[in-house]
Amino acid sequence: MSTGWLVGSVVIAVIVAPLIGGLLRGIDRKLTAHMQGRIGPPIIQNFYDLIKLFGKKPMVAGKPQLVFAWGYLFLIITAVVFFALRQDLLVVLFILGFAGVCLVLGALSVKSPYSQLGGHRELLQMLAYEPILLLAVIPIALKTGGFPITNIFEYGQPLLPNLWLTFIALVIVLDIVMKKSPFDISSSEHAHQEIVRGVLTEYSGPYLAIIELAHWYELVLLLAILGLFWIVGSLWWLSILTPLAIWFILLITDNICTRLTWSWMVKFAWGVGISLIALNILVVNLGWM
Amino acid sequence: MSILTKSRIKSPWLLHYDCGGCNGCDIEVLAALTPIYDIERFGIVNIGNPKHADVLLVTGPVNHRNKRVLRNLYEQMPEPKLVIAVGTCACTGGIFYNCPNTLGGIDKIIPVDVYIPGCAVRPEAIIDAVVIALGKLKEYKG
Repeated sequence: MSTGWLVGSVVIAVIVAPLIGGLLRGIDRKLTAHMQGRIGPPIIQNFYDLIKLFGKKPMVAGKPQLVFAWGYLFLIITAVVFFALRQDLLVVLFILGFAGVCLVLGALSVKSPYSQLGGHRELLQMLAYEPILLLAVIPIALKTGGFPITNIFEYGQPLLPNLWLTFIALVIVLDIVMKKSPFDISSSEHAHQEIVRGVLTEYSGPYLAIIELAHWYELVLLLAILGLFWIVGSLWWLSILTPLAIWFILLITDNICTRLTWSWMVKFAWGVGISLIALNILVVNLGWM
Repeated sequence: MSILTKSRIKSPWLLHYDCGGCNGCDIEVLAALTPIYDIERFGIVNIGNPKHADVLLVTGPVNHRNKRVLRNLYEQMPEPKLVIAVGTCACTGGIFYNCPNTLGGIDKIIPVDVYIPGCAVRPEAIIDAVVIALGKLKEYKG
């Protein structure tokens, strides 16, 4: 790839990713409203919310909050840039993990009990999904001969027919990262519930906007990682449709599920997720797939 | 109208606090969130957190116990912020008028932008009051 092409893909990723993320969040609210028999806000509602939050007077409970909010956004943008440059998939996931730690530290740096509770619950969510996310790279590396994303493009055929077990495990991860029911444990979707948005309780105005923006990047990045499974070959357009279909299924589960306990989440994520990936590694090694 | 002002008007997040009313107005506030009125159409979200809120809806006359809480909630909200007194009690004290334990209206404690009389108020009146209050944001300079 030429330098111009690389710079172009980075610029497009950094500018287009939040636009897609914000629209997806807007469509999410619209669809949820329709499923509940309501009309719902316009699909660009989340952009209004973001601009309004940026325009509010900044208030912080302590300086560490500031550092961790910006850290969260910058680390996620770094991960998006690495992804756009087709760098090492493992590095992308480690940067994402570090960004998650920023969110937790930001929440734990304030004394508010809701924020503390949210921070601890966010740690439990990371405990549930991080092992699956990191292990999921192993079958991909076994198939394509290395961790770089370039290898997936050079592999020559789509990964999904061989690695669909890993794909299902990654869908569980996506649901936990999106903080949708039944996994909306660390920050409830609605602020009038028992933990008052948990990790986000103490952020206000522009800093809440920074975190919301980072969430949009994160959502698009994870959907793009799911898209990697179809990216090569004549069916490349499925790499856009499949993540969107999965996202829609997760919205339906969000609407029909209640929140479950953290212990159930860890058992479910580790039990199902790690078994699926272990099985996938086994069958790939035995040459059955 | 600048894009920021438009966004402010399109996305008011509500915080709702009951300072000792009979709960009648509170039920009407929640009625506005149901599918019949569906205030999320206008970007209005009921949010239980003063740090995220733009509009403070207060029901009930304030008493000496909760005036501190009311002021605290108001001070935690970042600018620009709006306050709406919901129901006759919040406006003037209502049936608690002249009671020694109440202060008679929330404007004794915090500045109020819009008053909605009624016992209890109708959900339509609450939605109307939020729209009137948002009109004040057009003149906001901050």
